[in-house]
Amino acid sequence: MIPRHLLIGVAAMFAVVLGMSVYVWRMRGRVEQVEAPVVDTRTVAPPVSGPSEQVTLYVAYDEPGVLRAQTARIALPSGRQERAQELLRALLGMYLDKSSSHQLGPGAEIRDVYLVDPGLAVIDANAAFADTHRSGVLVEELTVASLVQTLAVNIPGITRVKILVDGKQREALAGHADLTGFYDVSAVNELASQMR
Amino acid sequence: MRWSSRPYSAGGFFFLVLFGIFTFIFLSFLYLESAEEKKISIYSSVANYTLSVTERNGQDYVGLFEILEPLGTANIKTDGLHWKLRYKTVAAEFTAGESRARVQGRNLDLPASFLLDNGRGLVPLACLSTLLPRFLATPVAFHETSRRLFIGNVAVHFTAQINKTNPPTLVMNFSSPVNPMIATEPGKLRMVFRQEPLVPPGSRTLTFDSAVMPSASFDESNGAAEIAVTGSAPLLASFSNDGRTITIAPAPNQAQAPVRTSNPPSTPAASPPPAQSASTAPAAAVERPVPYFAVVDASHGGEERGAALTDQLAEKDVTLALARRLRQELDAKGLNTLVLRDGDLTLSLDQRASLTNSVHPKIYISVHAASLGTGVRLYTALLPQGGGDRGPFLDWDTAQAGFRFASQSAEASLSAEFGNRQVPVRTLIAPLRPLNNIAAPAVAIEIAPPAGGISQLDSAAYQQLVAEAVAAGVAAARDKLGAVR
Repeated sequence: MIPRHLLIGVAAMFAVVLGMSVYVWRMRGRVEQVEAPVVDTRTVAPPVSGPSEQVTLYVAYDEPGVLRAQTARIALPSGRQERAQELLRALLGMYLDKSSSHQLGPGAEIRDVYLVDPGLAVIDANAAFADTHRSGVLVEELTVASLVQTLAVNIPGITRVKILVDGKQREALAGHADLTGFYDVSAVNELASQMR
Repeated sequence: MRWSSRPYSAGGFFFLVLFGIFTFIFLSFLYLESAEEKKISIYSSVANYTLSVTERNGQDYVGLFEILEPLGTANIKTDGLHWKLRYKTVAAEFTAGESRARVQGRNLDLPASFLLDNGRGLVPLACLSTLLPRFLATPVAFHETSRRLFIGNVAVHFTAQINKTNPPTLVMNFSSPVNPMIATEPGKLRMVFRQEPLVPPGSRTLTFDSAVMPSASFDESNGAAEIAVTGSAPLLASFSNDGRTITIAPAPNQAQAPVRTSNPPSTPAASPPPAQSASTAPAAAVERPVPYFAVVDASHGGEERGAALTDQLAEKDVTLALARRLRQELDAKGLNTLVLRDGDLTLSLDQRASLTNSVHPKIYISVHAASLGTGVRLYTALLPQGGGDRGPFLDWDTAQAGFRFASQSAEASLSAEFGNRQVPVRTLIAPLRPLNNIAAPAVAIEIAPPAGGISQLDSAAYQQLVAEAVAAGVAAARDKLGAVR
C-alpha cells in the first residue's frame, strides 16, 4: 500500500507541473505575439483618382545635409486638402524606401492634413513617424523643412504650418526640432534656401 | 506510519515547500530586475575604457580580446573548442571548458574554466592579475572587488585642502585632468570617476576643520571611483587648471528654490509660460551674485539621453564634457561662464531658458552632438509665429527676436574661428528650443564626428579643439556682445 504522504506529494507535484505548463503555454503565446512579423501599420487609402500632375517635392539628403527640389508626377485629387495629403504621402513614400537619401522609420505615415483658413495647414503624423525618427538637430530639421516646404510650394495660400503627432501636440520630433509652435512658411523658406 | 497518521502535517509540509519555491522564484526575478549591470574599467597609458562583465556559473567573466584589442594589435582564431589569441608577438591558446591555458608555450592555470560565447573568449576576472602581465610585459594592479584594472603606472592621485575663506572652499588637486560625473543630493556632492584611474588617498575618509564641509570619502565599486563630499549646505563644483583642480563651495542660494524670474531687469526678461514645472532644479542655482558673460547649456541630461551616438555613447554625456571644456576655455579668457547643467540632471527647456534669462548673459551657447555628417554646425533660432510682446514683457516664444542680429554676428565669429582651425563648419537657422526663448544673443553648436569617425566624438583632443574655437570666437565678438542691450 502506498503511504498517504507519498500520494499527497505526487498530487502536489502534478499540480505544480500542471500550473507550470499553463504558465509556459501562456508565455509562449506572448513570445509569439512579440515576435510576430512587423505589420505594415500604414493606413490603407483608396486609390487616388485624378489626373497625374507635375509637382515639386523638397527632398532631404542626409549626407550633404541639403534639401533639393525634385519634380515628380503623381495622381492628385481635385480637393485642396486631399491634394495636400497626397503630396506628403508621396514624399514619405520616398523616405520609406530602403535606398532613400533620408530614411524614415518603418510605419511612418501622414494620417491627415487639415487646411484651416486663413493660411494654416495642420499636418497630423502617426506615432511611428516621430517614435522611429533619428535624433539630431540637422536630421530632424531636414524632415520638418521637407514637409513644410513641399506643402507651401504646391498648395498656394499656406502661410504657417503646425505638426501634430497622433493628433496631439508633441514637444519635439525626436528631441530637437520643436513641434510646439507654428512654423512660419517664410522662415522655413529661408531655412530651405540655406539648405540648398 | 507516523506520517500516515498525521496527513495534514504532510500537506502542510508540501505547501510550505511550494510556498518556498515560489517565493524564491519571485525574489530571483526581483533581484534580476534590480541588479545593476556589472562593469570593469581598464586604465592604461594608451586608453581608458569600460567593458561589461558576464556572470557564468557564479563567476565573473570578461572578454580577453576586448581587453587587449584597444592596447595593441590583437587577432583571434577559433577552431572548434580551441580559441587562439595573438597579441603583438605573444601567442596564447585556450580551450573551452578547461581551466588550463598556454601562453607563450607555458601553462597557466585559471581559477575557473575558460568559456567560449559566440566566438568571444571569456576568462574569469580573478585571473587577470596573473594572465595579463604575460601579454603586456608590464605590472598590472587589479582592484578585484571594485573591478578596476590598472595597467602600468597610470594612477591619478589627489589631495584635498579646505580654504577657510568666506564662504569656505574645498580645493581638490589631481595629478592629471579629470572629468567626473557630478551629482548633488541633500547634504552631499558626489563625483563619479569612471574614465579616470583615480586611486584612494592614504585614508579613505578625509575630515576637514569646517562646519560647512566636514568630510569627504573615497569609495570604488563597479568599475568606478567616487568621491562624496558631505556638506551642511548645497554644494557646487567648478573646474580650473585644465581639469586638474576641482573647487567645491556652497551654492550661492538654495539649489531647490524655484527659479526667480521677477528680478527687475535692465532688459525686460521673457516670462515662461505658466504651465512650466519647477520640480527639478539645476545643480547651478543662479541669483545674479556674479555677472555671467556666457551661459553654456549642455543639452539633454538625466533621463533624457538625447541621440544614441553609439551603443555606449549618449549625446548627453558628450554635451556635458564639451560644456565643461568650454567653460574652462572661456574662464581662461576672462569670460565668466555658467554651465547650466553641470551634472547628469533633467532640466526642462523652459527651465533652461528661464535660468538663462534670469542671469542676463551676453551670450547663450547650447551644446548638441550628432552622428550625422562631419565637423561642426552652428545654429541660430528659426522663430515660430509668436503672439507679440506685451508692454515691457517679451513674448516667450519669440523672445529671441530682438537679438537675432547679435546672435548671427556671434555665429559668424565662431564660424570664422572654426575655419581658421580647418574644422568643417556650417551655419543654419533651426527650430531648436530654447533658442527662441532666450532674451540674449543665442547660438547652438552641434558637433559631428571628425574625419576619424564617430569614436573620436568624445575624444579629449577633438573636444578641446572645438572648445578653443568657440571660446576664441566668443572672445573675438566680446565687444559687440557687450554692447547688446
